[in-house]
Amino acid sequence: MNLIDIRNLSIELQTTTKPILAVDRVNLTMKEGEVRGLVGESGSGKSLLAQAIVGVLDEKWKVDADRFHWRGNDLMRLSPEERKVIISKDVAMIFQEPMACLDPTTTIGEQLEEAVDPEQLSGFFWQKRQQRKLAAITLLHKVGIKQHEMCVKSFPHQLTEALCQRVMIAMALARRPMLLIADEPTAAMESTNQGQIFRLLASLNQLKNMSILLISHDLENVTHWTNAITVMYSGQFVEAGTTEQIFNQPYHPYTRALVDSSPRANRMIPNKSRLMTLPGSIPILQHLPIGCRLGPRCPRAQQKCVHAPKIKNFHGHQVSCHFPLKDSYS
Amino acid sequence: MSDVLLEVVDLSKTYKDKNYWFNRRCVTALDPVSFNIMAHKTLAIVGEIGSGKSTIAKLLVGAELPTTGHIRLNNETLEPGNFKQRCQHIRMIFQDSGTTLNPSLTIEQLLDEPLLLNTDLDESERYQLIRETLQKVGLLAEHMSFYPHMFSGGQKQRISLARAIILKPQVIILDEALASLDPSLRSQMINLLLDLQQQMGLAFILISHNLGIVRHFSDDMMVLCQGRVVEFGKTGDILKKPQHKYTKKLIMSQHFQLLHR
Repeated sequence: MNLIDIRNLSIELQTTTKPILAVDRVNLTMKEGEVRGLVGESGSGKSLLAQAIVGVLDEKWKVDADRFHWRGNDLMRLSPEERKVIISKDVAMIFQEPMACLDPTTTIGEQLEEAVDPEQLSGFFWQKRQQRKLAAITLLHKVGIKQHEMCVKSFPHQLTEALCQRVMIAMALARRPMLLIADEPTAAMESTNQGQIFRLLASLNQLKNMSILLISHDLENVTHWTNAITVMYSGQFVEAGTTEQIFNQPYHPYTRALVDSSPRANRMIPNKSRLMTLPGSIPILQHLPIGCRLGPRCPRAQQKCVHAPKIKNFHGHQVSCHFPLKDSYS
Repeated sequence: MSDVLLEVVDLSKTYKDKNYWFNRRCVTALDPVSFNIMAHKTLAIVGEIGSGKSTIAKLLVGAELPTTGHIRLNNETLEPGNFKQRCQHIRMIFQDSGTTLNPSLTIEQLLDEPLLLNTDLDESERYQLIRETLQKVGLLAEHMSFYPHMFSGGQKQRISLARAIILKPQVIILDEALASLDPSLRSQMINLLLDLQQQMGLAFILISHNLGIVRHFSDDMMVLCQGRVVEFGKTGDILKKPQHKYTKKLIMSQHFQLLHR
């Protein structure tokens, strides 16, 4: 059964003049136990999509979807309260800057104890305090922090960035979620620490069968850790498929450009040669092109591209383009 | 073999702890380093936080005074504190381009400032030079009357590049200048930098922790660990056969990204 199944999700920003379509009919499906990467550059609406899944967008944003299923339940039909019960039990999220997300005025221990799920504690009320403490320490052990005594007593600013991110993951694990949404968990980290966090997430995925939605702006950063990847551009769905499909045989010109533009991915090219790029820059929300939003920058754009393309499916490899690059590989 | 452009001899930096008795306690940020850079070449400096890579950059542009050693540019010693001489030849681009541009000045005023302070061109000549420089970095002359907030992140980075090259320097220091850009803009920027290096014979000092960019962009490479140079040589050689344990660790930590899938 699909863990999450979203069809044609649109998110509109209500402004005084006219509404802006920030996310335009995006599809996302995740199976249980899957690690899916959600890749897009800044302004592609990937964080908005994550926030729409968790349901933390305020009234300014209008969310609309043809289908929004969570393990078979249609979330669009539920009242906000019922939705909150389901989501807060099964979905957890970690953010980009762990230091900024933790409360600077209380210790790590207190914040962790706050996150512990009271339903998991058994016993009389006088035993609960002790149990809560133990549960917090067990959580720290789960994310690989061995010096729990030092960690519990310290404030967020006394720990390193990677340790703070581990604490955030520990808090996210407190209610044993089925899905962990990681919104650029390693954006501001050194490469050695990045590896640590990704390895931790991978082991959680394998040991606890927890699904992970890994959001990143860099395609090559996540390829090693994901089973499947969804690519977005400027609020539109671009391409989805397994990591091998996306990385080795991208069908969409944008994905192709992303793969080609990274100096890491194509090691074969000579030193100091020109990298392949798309001309122009990412459009801003106020001036979005009509139809396919890649249109003005796309090397394969033709007249048809002023109409938004329909999603084509080639054996589970979905692509949203009038002129996919499918025939160029054979 | 072309001439040595920038020669750094025994450059080091220690900070004194002012609160300690007789200032006896010192923190060594950088042990003595020596290196040379030719025109048209790029030196990459790699290391973790606290390895002293930003200290080198600060010493080279003169933001900090070196404890020992000296810097020679075209066989002339750069005096510490003589900014007039130094800032014409060595320029720097920072990581976060948005915050380094003065939000209350237009792009023309921003680019005019270094010219006013360092050259004796008259107004029309300055205007012409700003125009040419903007075109060089891929912006339009109309952008002159815009304010920094009207640009996107990639364009802001181009403006700081324009500000760096407008005095026709010989060395540009890129302190993590490519780290915060989106991938497609980053490759545009790399192409632009390589073109400028070709045209103007610039020498770059690239400070980065992205080994993929370092591999593509640089000729020589220096690996720093806690203020000490642990490896120095051709980029290809080091990445292929790292000698030091620390370099191996650094490459291993990015190895999963370097794998060609």
